Amino acid sequence: MDLIWDALQTAVGLLAHNRSDVYEIAVRSVYVSGLATAISLVLGIGIGAALAFGRFPGRWIVMTLVNTGMGLPPVVVGLFIAIILWRSGPLGDLGWIYTTKAMILAQVVIATPVITGFTAASLSALNPRLRLQVYALGASRLQMLWILLQEVRLPLLAAIMAGFGAAISEVGASVMVGGNIAGQTRVLTGAVLLEQSKGNFGVALALGLVLLAMMITVNALFTWVQLGIRRDASRPQTNGRIGDVPAVRTWLSR
Amino acid sequence: MAEPLTGEPKLAVRGLRVRRGGTSILDVPRIDVFPGSTLAIVGPNGAGKTTLLLHLALLERASEGEVLFDGRTVRGRELALRRRMAVVFQEPLLLDRTVLANVEAGLRVRGVARGARRERAQRWLARFGVEALAERSSRTLSGGEAQRVSLARGFALDPEILLLDEPFSALDTPTRTAITNDLATVLSETRMTTVLVTHDHDEAARLGDRVAVLIGGNIRQIGAPADVFGTPADEEVAAFVGVETMVPATVIERTAGLVALIAAGHTIEALDAGPFTEALVCLRPEDVSLAPAGEHAPGSARNRIAGRVSRIVRTGADARVEIDCGFRLTARVTRRSLEDLGIDEGASVIASFKATAVHLIPK
Repeated sequence: MDLIWDALQTAVGLLAHNRSDVYEIAVRSVYVSGLATAISLVLGIGIGAALAFGRFPGRWIVMTLVNTGMGLPPVVVGLFIAIILWRSGPLGDLGWIYTTKAMILAQVVIATPVITGFTAASLSALNPRLRLQVYALGASRLQMLWILLQEVRLPLLAAIMAGFGAAISEVGASVMVGGNIAGQTRVLTGAVLLEQSKGNFGVALALGLVLLAMMITVNALFTWVQLGIRRDASRPQTNGRIGDVPAVRTWLSR
Repeated sequence: MAEPLTGEPKLAVRGLRVRRGGTSILDVPRIDVFPGSTLAIVGPNGAGKTTLLLHLALLERASEGEVLFDGRTVRGRELALRRRMAVVFQEPLLLDRTVLANVEAGLRVRGVARGARRERAQRWLARFGVEALAERSSRTLSGGEAQRVSLARGFALDPEILLLDEPFSALDTPTRTAITNDLATVLSETRMTTVLVTHDHDEAARLGDRVAVLIGGNIRQIGAPADVFGTPADEEVAAFVGVETMVPATVIERTAGLVALIAAGHTIEALDAGPFTEALVCLRPEDVSLAPAGEHAPGSARNRIAGRVSRIVRTGADARVEIDCGFRLTARVTRRSLEDLGIDEGASVIASFKATAVHLIPK
């Protein structure tokens, strides 16, 4: 109990006086994971829509990759990205290894399959004739996609939350490709790992609390938006309740 | 509705063939939709009606044959032409937004300015009697309300061609009647070029200036509703348009515009319709009157056939009476008439019908 009590006291002290660069690390974490989620959102929506609406050769291969990617071990991602970006690797000339760019790339690889899966599942769950109706209204392909994405905005918000959660909470890939360098590539998860390994439980706990608080804040924000959408719709039917994330693998059989 | 049914069609199909899984599901050599008129396409389930409509609406691309808009092929300008059309499907297919936003959605993608959008949406919502629902979520509407909103959304686009795909089939009878009446009025006022796909004869006869019967992917007959429903071209069309009595007959005499035929031992007189010797005698059930055997059957009907009632099916205010007279003859009478006449299953009756009620299909 003393260990926990001491750690908590240390954590409060650190947070109150911003020692150990807690907030700088937190801001870097939000920057890396936020940007990675944004990039993943663009990629995930595009690939998810293509999987939901398209019938192209190799579709099942992409589906298999996406499904596999949804449970991809971050250390494996980190290993592959590190090999690719290593100075003697195929993209070594970019000079990205041990930079936040490499970390963003790794997190994009982790978050994109999650967002793709959610997007494909929610778009596939729509009435297929709705797409025809939207085309019949005079929509172009892009307009159709935009209108249907608005139809699945609740599951899409869940996809963003899941994608951001996957990105900010992973540690293996970020440490492997970012190097956990103080002042440059150290993010919250890496810092927690480092401080815990040094026996600095107070610092680790402080960083962990900040990470937890950030995730709660982000999810609370999205939940509030979801609730707002639900209230506006005042719908009697269920089509994207809170937590009503479509079964992400159901579209595989479509 | 008086409308030009000649000249250049607004929308046309030439040599359209659709195959799925190696099977032909649609083969339409020619169909024309004339400006300001309504073409009703009727047919049983699975006839290919919706597939034809989707091609006309440019929502499916023809692999063989082509669709013409104002006499020119639609290829390469599908999006631009879709923006000159509107489609109302069987399901309302509303977006998860307010009613007003739904009606404005099509105008928005077509680039109509905000003010004009709002005005047109409100005008058409009012025209279909749902203006009070404008701020309601589409999810809270009843089936009838949603279909009215869907119709308002279609008309608000001010399309050159309106395509309706069984828009009332999911509605209850009173709602369907009310919306059909409203639509008939609006179509008559706007003289909009319309294609209506339906399996409901009454709807087709009510709204169509011309009726096309689609069976098994082929247009079997096309013409004015009175012609199609009164003089079906073949046995399958006859069965689909409500002819319930069909019996093979042989011509025995022709005199003064009338022809006498013998069918299952009964002589039937009909208007002479050509130099054939074998024909299928067709009778609609509503054209047959009944009287108990032994009583004098009122009226001037030339044909009177004795038989025994084999079955009575009571539906709502009407009753469908099947009579065995060597062949099966069906009559539709009101339930009250049935009670007044004291006719029940097993009773001997006289079925009478006019020579003009008989339609002959040469064999």
